[in-house]
Amino acid sequence: MSAHADTHAHDDHGHHHKETFITKYIFSQDHKMIAKQYLITGTIMGVIGILMSLIFRIQLAWPEEPNVIFEALLGKWAPDGVMDADIYLALVTIHGTIMVFFVLTAGLSGTFSNLLIPLQIGARDMASGFLNMVSYWLFFLSSVIMVISLFVEAGPAAAGWTIYPPLSALPLAQGGSGMGMTLWLVSMAIFIASSLLGSLNYIVTVINLRTKGMSMTRLPLTIWAFFITAVIGVISFPVLLSAALLLIMDRSFGTSFFLSDIFIQGEVLHYQGGSPVLFEHLFWFLGHPEVYIIILPAMGIVSEVLAANSRKPIFGYRAMIASILAIAFLSTIVWGHHMFVSGMNPFLGSVFTFTTLLIAIPSAVKAFNWITTIWKGNVQMNPGMLFSIGFVSTFITGGLTGIILGDSALDINVHDTYFVVAHFHLVMGISALYGMFAGIYHWYPRMFGRMINKNLGYLHFWVTAISAYGVFFPMHFIGMAGLPRRYYTNSNFPLFDDISNVNVVITIFALVGGAFQLVYLYNFFGSIFFGKKSPQNPWRSTTLEWTAPVEHMHGNWPGEIPHVHRWAYDYSNPNHEEDFVPQNVPLKEGEEQLHH
Amino acid sequence: MTALLTIIVLVFILIAIWQMVKIFDLAQAKNESSGVATDKDNAINGYLMMGFLGFIYLITIISMVKWGDLPLLSNSASEHGPTIDNLMIITLVVIFVVQTITQFLLHYYAFKYRGEKGKKALFFADNNKLEFIWTIIPVIVLAGLIIYGLSTWINIMGVDESDDPLVVELYAQQFNWKARYGGEDNTLGLANVRLIDIDRANILGLDESDPNAQDDIITTELHLPVGRPVLFKMRSQDVLHSAYMPHFRAQMNCVPGMITQFGFTPTVTTSDMRLTPEIQEKVANINDIRLKKSKQLTEKGEDALEPYEFDYLLLCNKICGKSHYNMQMKIIVETQEEYDAWIKEQKEFKNSLIN
Repeated sequence: MSAHADTHAHDDHGHHHKETFITKYIFSQDHKMIAKQYLITGTIMGVIGILMSLIFRIQLAWPEEPNVIFEALLGKWAPDGVMDADIYLALVTIHGTIMVFFVLTAGLSGTFSNLLIPLQIGARDMASGFLNMVSYWLFFLSSVIMVISLFVEAGPAAAGWTIYPPLSALPLAQGGSGMGMTLWLVSMAIFIASSLLGSLNYIVTVINLRTKGMSMTRLPLTIWAFFITAVIGVISFPVLLSAALLLIMDRSFGTSFFLSDIFIQGEVLHYQGGSPVLFEHLFWFLGHPEVYIIILPAMGIVSEVLAANSRKPIFGYRAMIASILAIAFLSTIVWGHHMFVSGMNPFLGSVFTFTTLLIAIPSAVKAFNWITTIWKGNVQMNPGMLFSIGFVSTFITGGLTGIILGDSALDINVHDTYFVVAHFHLVMGISALYGMFAGIYHWYPRMFGRMINKNLGYLHFWVTAISAYGVFFPMHFIGMAGLPRRYYTNSNFPLFDDISNVNVVITIFALVGGAFQLVYLYNFFGSIFFGKKSPQNPWRSTTLEWTAPVEHMHGNWPGEIPHVHRWAYDYSNPNHEEDFVPQNVPLKEGEEQLHH
Repeated sequence: MTALLTIIVLVFILIAIWQMVKIFDLAQAKNESSGVATDKDNAINGYLMMGFLGFIYLITIISMVKWGDLPLLSNSASEHGPTIDNLMIITLVVIFVVQTITQFLLHYYAFKYRGEKGKKALFFADNNKLEFIWTIIPVIVLAGLIIYGLSTWINIMGVDESDDPLVVELYAQQFNWKARYGGEDNTLGLANVRLIDIDRANILGLDESDPNAQDDIITTELHLPVGRPVLFKMRSQDVLHSAYMPHFRAQMNCVPGMITQFGFTPTVTTSDMRLTPEIQEKVANINDIRLKKSKQLTEKGEDALEPYEFDYLLLCNKICGKSHYNMQMKIIVETQEEYDAWIKEQKEFKNSLIN
């Protein structure tokens, strides 16, 4: 069952190696340092991504007005302070790309898989520290290329984050489809390589390096989530890579995988026989699992934080694992619900409606189990806990509207409207962000050996929570009114004039919410240096990471790796005085495992 | 003006944030706090949870009262429209009920069971019966919705060629729409963008040798006779577009290299729709807004906005480039006689070519 970590390349006494500045902070092979590198790179990308959203929100609220903010930030793309329509699309595109891939995939999964997998399963490090380092640096490289693409002469990629060809394939169709799109594709190809290396590492580590006694059914749900996420990533990311490579072939080498019969700017292009719908299939074969790659780690984190702060076992541990597996399986056969009106056979639409609505069942089970976990708990309102409760709230609100979008008949009229924008921002954008914040507040002491200021955490949570609903709740209504997304302005449609005031409300909430992320940044970076020293186990948690020393050390535990004797959720066990029993505490004489 | 305002607002927000940061920072320093929630924190945040629950309900109510008339849930102008609207309303009700209950439980439990020193939580790890119940309830509800949804979907997408639909091609290009009618024979001539000949005004690439193409009619406005089924054949010449006709609850992508289709039967003429109280109210409201805007514009010396009159629209709903936000075509639903009179005035393809 569980393998000894002794077989690991590191010596089993866990000597603290001499580390130079470069091997400790830059080309580090230590999973905890790599986790921090992921987190900080992800944070920087997040700041860029959110800033972009604020810029285009200002445009949507006050479309005709010249604005000095545009002039200052967009330069030649805002002549006289009026935003250019091309750059609007570019902002939307890059905002989506950065948030989905760079923040909520790499920043979330990369950070917490790296930090927690070895610490929670009781391993000295990842199976391959070197691959792990390569994975981070490829991610860093792809981030740099993505940022560089913003400064390309003809503009960054602007075909939407889904980069459907032919728009993304033809520089004639759009300025951003030239060098900007080339850099986008290169960046994403490198990103995928990084993600695959990371995922393989996570899978191998979880399978092989669990400490003695850590059976699969004693794993914390975080590890289950990261593990299954990595499996989905390995299955689906290669398909996006192939789509990107074929698109590069179409763009640069004259093939016709996705293009056919095109007449543009007065000329007929040579492409013949390809189909853009093929690209949509390939894209969404990753694209849909991708949203679960984003949300599953957040779910794992939230399960863990909710249990620890409710001082109660997570309710229905096995059902939680089963629903993770069910979601993972279903996630690979629902991609067509993005394509109900793409022109594919309507019969396929029926099949995808069926599988899509099925996925609501494991999701509902998870939501109910979370609520029951809080029931009759002893709820400790730490900032991580607030974000976890917030996660459940937005996940329900956003998830429920999925029942509308997943229903092909209803999707006809709300497809690609703001209803969709509201839905996915709540269910996976905001929710995953909350999951990430929950993880950061909860494991901050583990990462930096210091406590993060909780009062600022409260301030951060409450303003963010109100802003998130303020931004995305009204969006459902303008979507149901038929307002398409990705419109630079609605002022060309008098039909939508009665929506402009909603847009102003949304933008004000967005500005407030965006601005209050500064509180978090201040708290995060400030506490690294000025936070109070953290005790060994500040949240009185059961999992193994809290048995490792607070000080940074390569190899995680001095001396032997702790052995595991019980499941991860022995909170308020009636056989024990304390309201938590760490996993490495042996069973008392005559004590039976309360849970199997 | 807005720019200045925005900046002032931003500066104020930043100052306010900085002040709050300092206050919260100091509050923590004074308490010698460990960074872990105390009973007081639990109590305050517990009450805030209830407050937040109130906020969620409030924003739901405000949105529904203020913007609840925006959604296209009634006034559909196609035969299948009411079935979609029905399904939508049923689903919305289900969602609303589930949302109200689950949000209540979540926030209320967080409040009710807020932590206190010395209290011990209930060890409650499993209950197969409970889990079975809340697996089976969503199964039943979703099964109902799936069955209803799929039967609606199949009805809408299945085009019955036997009731002789009017065949119309919707032709998309950056950044406008064209419509093509089959003419006398109601049959569209063959076409391919490779045959486009701008010099001869063969702008849609019709096959000039195809007899069916000769009487085809190309227009920039979409006229439809009321009550007759229409079958749209969509084409695009350059990138993906999407023909979105929200009032008819209709949408289909236009894909270069292939022909897609969507069919519906318009049921309300444009002039009848303009007379419905809902639309009159909406139009009046929009014209109020436009009047206010016009005042501001004329003060600046710019042209006033034209008053709005209701029309059905075809919008592009798939990102297609710079002017995506302004790719539209007017749709006019009229009586058969009006339609016949209109179509008679249009030029047939063979007569529109320049030799």
